[in-house]
Amino acid sequence: MTFILLIEQVLNGLQFGVMLFLMAAGLTLVFGVMGLINLAHGSLYMVGAFAAAAVAGATGSFLLALAAALAAAAAAGALMELLVIRRLYNRDHLDQVLATFALILIFSEGTRWLFGSFPLYLDIPDALSGPVTLPGGIAYPAYRLAIIAIGLVIAAGLFWLIARTRLGIRIRAGESDREMIAALGVDISKLYTIVFALGAALAGLAGALVGAIQSVQVGMGEPVLILAFVVIVIGGIGSIKGALIGAILVGLTDTLGGIALPAVLRLVTDNATATSTGAALSSMLIYILMAGVLIWRPQGLFGAQA
Amino acid sequence: MKLKSFVAAVCMGLIGTAALAEEGKVKVGMITTLSGGGAGLGIDVRDGFLLATKMAGNDNLEVVVEDDQRKPDIAVQLADKMIQSEKVDVLTGIIWSNLAMAVVPAATAQGKFYLSPNAGPSALAGKGCHPNYFNVAWQNDNLHEAAGGYANDAGFKKTFILAPNYPAGQDALTGYKRVYEGELAGELFTKLGQKDYAAELAQVRASDADSVFFFLPGGMGISFLKQYADSGIDLPVVGPAFSFDQGILQAVGDAALGVKNTSQWNKDIDNAANAAFVEAFQADYGRLPSLYASQGYDTANLLLSAMAKADVSDADAFRAALEAAEFDSVRGDFEFAANHHPVQDIYVREVIKEGDVFTNKIIGTALSDHSNVYVDECKL
Amino acid sequence: MKRETLINAALLLGLLLVPLWAYVTDEPFTITLATKVAILALAGVGLNIALGLGGLVSLGHAAFFGIGGYAMGILASHAQSYTPLMESPFLIEGTKSMPVIWVTAILASALAALVIGTLSLRTSGVYFIMITLAFGQMLFFFAISWPAYGGEDGLSIYVRNGFPGMNTLDPIQFFALCFALLLAALWFSHRLANAPFGLALNAARQSPARVETVGLSPFHLRLIAFIISGAITGLAGALFADLNRFVSPNMLSWQTSGEIMIFIILGGVGRLCGPVAGAALFIALEHFLGGLSEFWHIWLGLLLLLVVLFARGGLIGVLAGRQVAHD
Repeated sequence: MTFILLIEQVLNGLQFGVMLFLMAAGLTLVFGVMGLINLAHGSLYMVGAFAAAAVAGATGSFLLALAAALAAAAAAGALMELLVIRRLYNRDHLDQVLATFALILIFSEGTRWLFGSFPLYLDIPDALSGPVTLPGGIAYPAYRLAIIAIGLVIAAGLFWLIARTRLGIRIRAGESDREMIAALGVDISKLYTIVFALGAALAGLAGALVGAIQSVQVGMGEPVLILAFVVIVIGGIGSIKGALIGAILVGLTDTLGGIALPAVLRLVTDNATATSTGAALSSMLIYILMAGVLIWRPQGLFGAQA
Repeated sequence: MKLKSFVAAVCMGLIGTAALAEEGKVKVGMITTLSGGGAGLGIDVRDGFLLATKMAGNDNLEVVVEDDQRKPDIAVQLADKMIQSEKVDVLTGIIWSNLAMAVVPAATAQGKFYLSPNAGPSALAGKGCHPNYFNVAWQNDNLHEAAGGYANDAGFKKTFILAPNYPAGQDALTGYKRVYEGELAGELFTKLGQKDYAAELAQVRASDADSVFFFLPGGMGISFLKQYADSGIDLPVVGPAFSFDQGILQAVGDAALGVKNTSQWNKDIDNAANAAFVEAFQADYGRLPSLYASQGYDTANLLLSAMAKADVSDADAFRAALEAAEFDSVRGDFEFAANHHPVQDIYVREVIKEGDVFTNKIIGTALSDHSNVYVDECKL
Repeated sequence: MKRETLINAALLLGLLLVPLWAYVTDEPFTITLATKVAILALAGVGLNIALGLGGLVSLGHAAFFGIGGYAMGILASHAQSYTPLMESPFLIEGTKSMPVIWVTAILASALAALVIGTLSLRTSGVYFIMITLAFGQMLFFFAISWPAYGGEDGLSIYVRNGFPGMNTLDPIQFFALCFALLLAALWFSHRLANAPFGLALNAARQSPARVETVGLSPFHLRLIAFIISGAITGLAGALFADLNRFVSPNMLSWQTSGEIMIFIILGGVGRLCGPVAGAALFIALEHFLGGLSEFWHIWLGLLLLLVVLFARGGLIGVLAGRQVAHD
């Protein structure tokens, strides 16, 4: 493998990682503050992508599409919280898993009902199409670089929000002692709705950004959701820092492992076997990583003692 | 012993019910994917099939349609239901090879006819072939072999090939390599359902390939093509028709323009049957017909042609009538090889834009009168 | 408790009478549906031991269901093609005998449950849910990309496996086998819940510290429950594969895990016959709603949501009243 190829693959892993971070940040916030496990987070990702595709189709503007994705996902998230999720905060995890599994069924089939079974079309904006040449002669798609930049900016923004703002103080207070901040007069149910909508908006943004390079279709959220779970379990549930590190770790493992494994296997066995076995093993790699981390540190890399 | 007596019992049952059924009537059970991922394909097969029956206006043909949700266990249960409760004579409709493998062997073993409008797994073409199994579309390898043939004609010397790591993907690469005479610049298996191909594209770019062949059905193909167009790699791409068909092209958009793909059908094949089909389909459904719709349409017309010649209760005569395949295929010439798979021309198409609509036009023939390599393994 | 016993008896009798009635009126497909209910209920009974009794929310039970299915698929496909499973160090032939397949499925899934349980039970709560999910996904991806046994295409068995003295291809006889196994599993799980082991497990769920002070290890209690649970679900997987004469990675998908869990919640968590009621309701919905609308999953989702939010005892809870809290 040449050096340029390696750099390019690291960028790919990074891009995958920051997208996972956008998904995982909402999940981990919701779990940290409200103690809720939300399987329907992937549906919000899908809502964002469909909203973006619909608006881009109607107006032709990618920026409007992104705004629509943020708004639609945040609205769907707030609605979900008000109608269903807030009844689940005091329930056990089993009830939460099942109720949000039910939400997946409703969202997926509802979207299919509205938009049909065929994938929708969402293209990247002209300004960002095509590759740019980086120092060292690496040609890399501009849009993917933009995704990395957006992801990192949002990560920085989230850290700032949580460390420096009044909302962030309340979120942190909610994580450590729910009763106390309610006793101090903070409107806890409003705080919960805001946190949930914020997480939903991030998921919707991820859906729209990724939808432009992949396809926008029903069921697109669930595979990403499971990866986001892996991310927050590795990073430690409730920790934004853990989600960022975990996401980039998973992104890099998945991207580089898929290339390195067949290459390594080729040293010990014939080409065809190496190609297919390598592909089989690399699809299991991140789950092996997760199992390894949990055995080593059951509470995740940055998690509080579980 | 038990199996023999069972099959005998089923055959007796068949003859018994057939005697009760009215002369000349045929009941068809269609199991196809109408909901969930890939529903577009099933809907097209169904619409093509029903269009043909409507145009024929034959009252003796009764069709029952059920949705398999692309789940093998559901498909098996629907087949049980159709055979046990609905007492159908003929089954058809399945889109996916894995569902076909779950349903077809059991159905044909119980004496039913199965006409495949899409899936053609090699296991059913070779040692596992059956007198009552007919494939009206293609053997799975065919379009990939044709892509290899096109690569030879186009003078490709170093192709980079990739497909998902599952049986149909492995067959695709094998099929391509069977006909392609040049060298490989690289060979990759991707994850099934993978949506991001950045890592693979980087490897294509780093290789010294002069062309790319890929088989990535459904949403995978959309993602790949969009990312390929955006990557700045400027190599010719060739693939089987599945990623470039009518239902999917609009979602791919400009990224597919100019791409060559191989198909046994296109809407501009010049014959009367095809012209009538394309016109009637557009009139009835308000959209352009797809490859899958053409296969559903041909399947129904094959069945109708056999019904005109023989009664389904006389299995041998009905089978002979199907083998003769005397119907006006939208593909033009059509006949069955010894293992009941088509012998047909496979064309090269190019993706073009007609007004606002993306579609294909034929630019040449990749393989003429092409059969399949499994014929010799089949003892029919 | 009495009312629930009555309901259980009525439920099981109903599950027995429907296929008998269908047999008399020559509706073999109804028998097939009832068989599916019995098998899925069996899978639910298995999960219920971990979930209801042990409080272990496993979102990876599809792993055991699938392992049971593949045990059947692999053994039967070797018997079908007359090729031995392995030749060295000793010869293992494939088989088409159901009892052998069942034992293999139980052993294989128990072994998998031992490994997965040992690792997963180091964690608890939401971590446990996710790590079981991850193990399930690991097996799912492995099955998809492992070409030897069909990969994504799965494995097809042309003729159902045999049981000595019975014709398993006859729907009613195969139903009888599945129903008998379901009854056996229900009896076993009833005995287990009331045996010292079950009581200790229940105590470990409610207050692990107290169990520890009397000298029992909550980890070992949970691990044993998890293994028994996995083994029963594995047996159900082998039967399910035999019902369809087909096994595919679909059985290992996380949606399957979710569905098995749905049976329990629809029926009632911790109720002996909860999975039976839940599976029957699920299949009935799938059959009738599925016939009415392509989008029946919306209605299933709404129903599930209502049950979770407002009728926490599930179907049996609604009928029998709240006696068993599932805290």
